[in-house]
Amino acid sequence: MSAHSSAATSSPLKGYFAVWIALLVGTGLTVYAATLDLAPYNAAVALGIATIKATLVALFFMHVWHAGEKLIKVVVISALFFLLLLLGLTMTDYAARLWS
Amino acid sequence: MPDSSTATGLHTGAHNPALLHHFAEPEQQRDAASLGMWVFLATEVMFFGGLFCAYLVYRRWYFQDFAAASKTINMGYGATNTAVLICSSLTVVLAVWAAQTARRTLLITSLILTMILGLAFLGIKGIEYREKFVEHHVPGPSFSFEKVPIPGHPDQYANPRHAQIFFSLYFVMTGLHALHMIIGLGIFLWLLGMAWKGRFTPEWHTPVEIGGLYWHFVDIVWIYLFPLLYLIDRHP
Repeated sequence: MSAHSSAATSSPLKGYFAVWIALLVGTGLTVYAATLDLAPYNAAVALGIATIKATLVALFFMHVWHAGEKLIKVVVISALFFLLLLLGLTMTDYAARLWS
Repeated sequence: MPDSSTATGLHTGAHNPALLHHFAEPEQQRDAASLGMWVFLATEVMFFGGLFCAYLVYRRWYFQDFAAASKTINMGYGATNTAVLICSSLTVVLAVWAAQTARRTLLITSLILTMILGLAFLGIKGIEYREKFVEHHVPGPSFSFEKVPIPGHPDQYANPRHAQIFFSLYFVMTGLHALHMIIGLGIFLWLLGMAWKGRFTPEWHTPVEIGGLYWHFVDIVWIYLFPLLYLIDRHP
């Protein structure tokens, strides 16, 4: 028990602070990118940075990366899959409606 | 007569007081609790996903009106709140780590800091909402969005009816998010009480871990809300 927990928690603090800095930098980058005229890519850049930030939070703050239970990863992936199904199929429908 | 002296004897051998009877080992108990929380968070993804979907459809239809409406929201409040929530996520991981490693002072400090940051977020949100009321940008009979130019087309004005849809989505999405923050603050107040009484040990601190997962999820929702609502078409 003690051997296990010390192996799992051997000072993850450095990593936590690194992720925290990365998230703050990402926020600054998002704000900066919004002031640039990237034509159609503004939304893609903003959402790309947001996705990187969300992934960092999930993997390291929510411990998905080190999750002992593989079922947790299955739940995360299936939630994302169904979210993308919802958004993807809806948007392909609206994008393909030439008459609207 | 087997009495109380043997009653404890029933549990000798390997019974950890923090371990519930239906679990084989603490590891399994922890994983089961985390898994349950993740399943709940998956339903939350679907819950917010419907709103994000509605947002995307309307944004595609009324992009210019959404851009004009988005520009009237104060980007500084949104960016500050993003930073506030990111800092609160850090204090949450510190709290979980403190519980894992039996650091009571750090645990209590982190929980209090998290709550202060959560309250700061709601306070800034409140200031922002107040401005929306003053500007008559709250959907309803007094809504007014006259002669607001479309970004990039100073000679064209946004359609107030379409802008009203943006503000409806803005208030529903940020309001639902704020409701999650308020619930999170309640959870953290309870965690603080438990931590104060010294209930959490390295063997059992499941509520801290699970409450932390919830808090991080609410942070992730905001990470998407910020660019989608505040930064649609900001460049000069």
